[in-house]
Amino acid sequence: MIRFEKRLSPSRATTIITPIIAVILTMIAGGIMFALLGKPPLEAIRIIFWDPLFDPTFASYSRPQLLVKAGPLILIAIGLSIGFKAGIWNIGAEGQYIMGAIFGAAAALAFFPAESALIFPLMVISGALGGWLWAMIPAILRAKFKTNEILVSLMLVYVAESILASVAQGLLKNPDGYGFPGSRNLQQYPSAFNAEVIANSGMHWGVISAFMAVIFTYVMMTRHIRGFEVRLLGEAPKAAQFAGVSTTRLTIFCLGFSGALAGLAGMFEVSGPAGQITIDFNSGYGFTAIIVAFLGRLHPVGILMAGLLMALTYIGGELAQLMLGLPGASIQLFQGMLLLFLLATDVFTNYRIRIGVAH
Amino acid sequence: MTDMLLDIKGLTKAYPGVVANNDVSFEINRGEVHALLGENGAGKSTLVKMIYGLVKPDSGSMTLNGDEFSPASPNDARSGGVAMVFQHFSLFDALSVAENIALGMDNSPKPRELAKSIREVSQAYGLPLEPNRIVGTLSAGERQRVEIIRCLLQNPKLLIMDEPTSVLTPQEVDILFKTLRQLKAEGTAILYISHKLEEIRALCDTATILRHGEKVDTCIPAQTTARNMAEMMVGASFANPIRSNRSIGHTILSVRALSTKAADPFGTSLHNIHFELKAGEILGIGGVAGNGQDELLAVLSGEVQSQPEAISFKGKPVGHCGPNKRREIGILSAPEQRLGHAAAPAMSLKENTVITAARRMTLVQNGFINWKVTDEFSKNIIADFDVRTPGTDTPAGSLSGGNLQKFVVGREVLQNPEVLIINQPTWGVDAAAAASIRQKLLDLANRGASVIVISQDLDELLEISDRFCALNEGRLSEILPSAGLELDQIGLMMGGSSDRVQETSP
Amino acid sequence: MDLLGINPVLLIASLMVSATPILLAAIGETVVEKSGVLNLGVEGMMIVGAVVGFITAVNTASPVLGFITAAVAGALLSVIFATLVLYLKSNQVATGLGLTLVGLGISALLGKPYEGIKSPTLQSFEIPVLSDIPVIGPMLFSHDPMVYVSVIIVALVWYTLTHTRIGLILRAVGENHDAAHALGYKVLRIRFMAIMFGGACSGLGGAYISLARVPQWTEGMTAGAGWIALAIVVFSSWKPWRTLIGAYLFGGITVLQLNLQAAGVDIPVEYLSMSPFVITIVVLVIISAKGNHGAPASLGRLFHASN
Repeated sequence: MIRFEKRLSPSRATTIITPIIAVILTMIAGGIMFALLGKPPLEAIRIIFWDPLFDPTFASYSRPQLLVKAGPLILIAIGLSIGFKAGIWNIGAEGQYIMGAIFGAAAALAFFPAESALIFPLMVISGALGGWLWAMIPAILRAKFKTNEILVSLMLVYVAESILASVAQGLLKNPDGYGFPGSRNLQQYPSAFNAEVIANSGMHWGVISAFMAVIFTYVMMTRHIRGFEVRLLGEAPKAAQFAGVSTTRLTIFCLGFSGALAGLAGMFEVSGPAGQITIDFNSGYGFTAIIVAFLGRLHPVGILMAGLLMALTYIGGELAQLMLGLPGASIQLFQGMLLLFLLATDVFTNYRIRIGVAH
Repeated sequence: MTDMLLDIKGLTKAYPGVVANNDVSFEINRGEVHALLGENGAGKSTLVKMIYGLVKPDSGSMTLNGDEFSPASPNDARSGGVAMVFQHFSLFDALSVAENIALGMDNSPKPRELAKSIREVSQAYGLPLEPNRIVGTLSAGERQRVEIIRCLLQNPKLLIMDEPTSVLTPQEVDILFKTLRQLKAEGTAILYISHKLEEIRALCDTATILRHGEKVDTCIPAQTTARNMAEMMVGASFANPIRSNRSIGHTILSVRALSTKAADPFGTSLHNIHFELKAGEILGIGGVAGNGQDELLAVLSGEVQSQPEAISFKGKPVGHCGPNKRREIGILSAPEQRLGHAAAPAMSLKENTVITAARRMTLVQNGFINWKVTDEFSKNIIADFDVRTPGTDTPAGSLSGGNLQKFVVGREVLQNPEVLIINQPTWGVDAAAAASIRQKLLDLANRGASVIVISQDLDELLEISDRFCALNEGRLSEILPSAGLELDQIGLMMGGSSDRVQETSP
Repeated sequence: MDLLGINPVLLIASLMVSATPILLAAIGETVVEKSGVLNLGVEGMMIVGAVVGFITAVNTASPVLGFITAAVAGALLSVIFATLVLYLKSNQVATGLGLTLVGLGISALLGKPYEGIKSPTLQSFEIPVLSDIPVIGPMLFSHDPMVYVSVIIVALVWYTLTHTRIGLILRAVGENHDAAHALGYKVLRIRFMAIMFGGACSGLGGAYISLARVPQWTEGMTAGAGWIALAIVVFSSWKPWRTLIGAYLFGGITVLQLNLQAAGVDIPVEYLSMSPFVITIVVLVIISAKGNHGAPASLGRLFHASN
């Protein structure tokens, strides 16, 4: 009889091997899927994973795009991972992302057309604030009323989308926009434009913030008492109580932190690659980031790599659409399979197999 | 047809490292109320699990009604006519009484019939139950009724009851005894597991006493004094206490009129706890588990708060302070549950040090954990307390019980507390580690700190404590000097004899 | 008879149509959660049901077959979830999300060649006699069969949960899986079946969108209905008849706000479109603030059999 016996602490070796196995399994399954669609499997895998990085024709274009796509994913996922570690499920990062974008854009447009070096920092603060406030709703509701944060944060995504549509056509609508919905294009507003720091590298301030967030969170989780408390709460709640940790404070911290980072990501995106507030400005980063967080095993460095990998699948997927006519949805499926394979192989990290007689 | 119902011969069961039951034999007759007596760890639960089919004996045999009886599962035991009411109920709070009973029966009748049977049977045995009530709204005593009725509806020949009065009020105990006597009159045998001597003398026909997995004796409680039974339960082995000539100073911790409400039906409320702890003294609090030990530790450690004046440290009220505030001023504690409460099993020893020593040993500066200093402190603990471990990075959960406990105790002792409260310091710990832990506690007191030791091990308490009292059902007995304390006094303080309970002081 | 330019008969009738897919998914998920498992993959199972049902209906010209295959597809997808969560002990939240993603992906791929095609749809079934009652007749009794089927499923679920032994055991497992295990019940097996039932219902709900409500296939056409269904389960305190009310209420608000928009009522469109979600949040808060919200006590907790 096969049983699973819980390990004391996750085996280090398997923690590193299992994501690799999951990726390989996904490539195999993906290959089969491509073959079923009538596309050459090996070529498809190559186009998705190899070409964007190394192919001479495309790489110079796609490599920067990699960072553009990975930046928000990593930034949001880092924030989410803290809460997930403590069992606090923020599923509404997409909504916090939107609110951050709205707040950030509003801050910028309030000053238009004045130019000043202070405008961008103000936008940054506003963006973080917007996301933070939006996350405070589920935080306070959970702390005070024990309301499930999964559902509240999720419902707030739809509310945020409605607000987005409203401001795109109302409050933030471009007066010089010939009546079309959407705000001014921030890419044309120098003080507000989130430009690439190094030309043609894709590295705008959002990407840089993402790297900074990785470092910051790594330090916090390994060296700061707050990070310790989060880990303790997730590992042994009674010991956390014994250590004097306040669950309420930690809940508000985790949700607030993830909301602020998601808001920042939204703000960087709207003032950079996207350029303006439009009705459908949000592209699902808030949800994909959840996958990135799990793929990265809730570890800052893991998330960094998982974010890059996810971005690669996006870019590679677009390339494969172009080159092979591969349907866009296949990439979504690919990403979903990656997550499920990882969850499946994860069992070996946390449990040991025992084959034998019970009792 | 003989009177004998269940004949147990030579049952033995061993687990790695410990022999739970060694060659235990006794008989239960029809209509007999047979007590199974012994301290925690004496082997009662293992024995009973074998009778109920949850555990297979290594050797020995049982006969039920003259036929061989070796149940492979509780289902088998039930078909043989053996029913059991566990100490911890398997009940579903959101469901009704009838639904709970139906779930516990192998062939439950239709709802209407079941409701009728429940009403009839429960009335007949003096334990009235309304079938439609939601179990979550019932008191602990009423919940036990659900478990009992569930058993009775299957017409058992032998009813096993595990510590049944631990959750009952005195009135409910009377009602239960009436029911049991009625069952006895009808010929049902009852195996009654308990450590409460007075109850056993009032209710039971015979008593089998276990100690360290072996049967000490089978006696007739009515013809045995409580003192004799206590002696047999606890053993007369007594190491000579190492009395040091320690000078006892002023009162450092003062606890007055401390009462708490139990957090859940299985918890114990504390009633009017009152004691004064002096500098340099070790106060021993004895008692069988489940009488409020965990609750007392929680309220003294700060995890549960009380009225500010209920607990005073050096004259200042601290009842409202949380654990970290108390640590700052010098009140440290070590709870009974090592893994999950005192330490996080998946985290390393180094990380576990931070849990309690962060502030007092300034392991945290400006919010940042100084891992180097923490590591050094951890290494000190490991060296000073002889903790066998590859290093400070080993997860706490992989240490043996004794070593982990040495670490936990060391973590607190090396922080130089003024008051240390420790719950079950050597439970489940090998003899050598236990002796060293006790010596460390003595050394701590010698340095002028005060220690409260809550423990089930009387030998240990009498060895190291200056004064002794017992917790019983949330109440503290009177506090007497340990030197010269007699065994029967102790047994009675622990067993719940009312004339030794502390008067509620003004 | 029209109020604000809105015909109440049409309103209630369209409310029921709008609510049916959510009702189907929600009642299925109620059973799953009652057994103690949280399956966030409802959206994925719905959309897979939508596409599979659509494809079958187009190829066999039988919407009924479409619904049947949709249920099977939803159940199969849920088996992946069940295996991961019950036997490989994976995190329920992450697995549910992964399932949604996989479902969205598979459905988009399968549905590509079928975009823009019309499918055969269900004929309205007018219940004899009842549908002739003025006003109420056309409002309540002249719908396509699935509307009635959904209500019947609600009734069946209610009856099974409250009056049968298997329903009792399922509720017990959801309340206290350790006690259920101690009493000898097969916790994992029961949860597995509950999850499959939930998958089948979600599949049916999705198929209703593609076969009855629209009836067409567009990528991502469930548009968050699965998430709404999840909210409704909590909203209705895991009670089947309340799920009916919740789904109809939500459907009602959605349809009402669409009608108000069309009628040119002077409330900004966005406030109307966010109202169902805000109201859901408010109700969630009220329910959890009351304390006893009726959630199965073992919901979402990992069951690890320890003997």
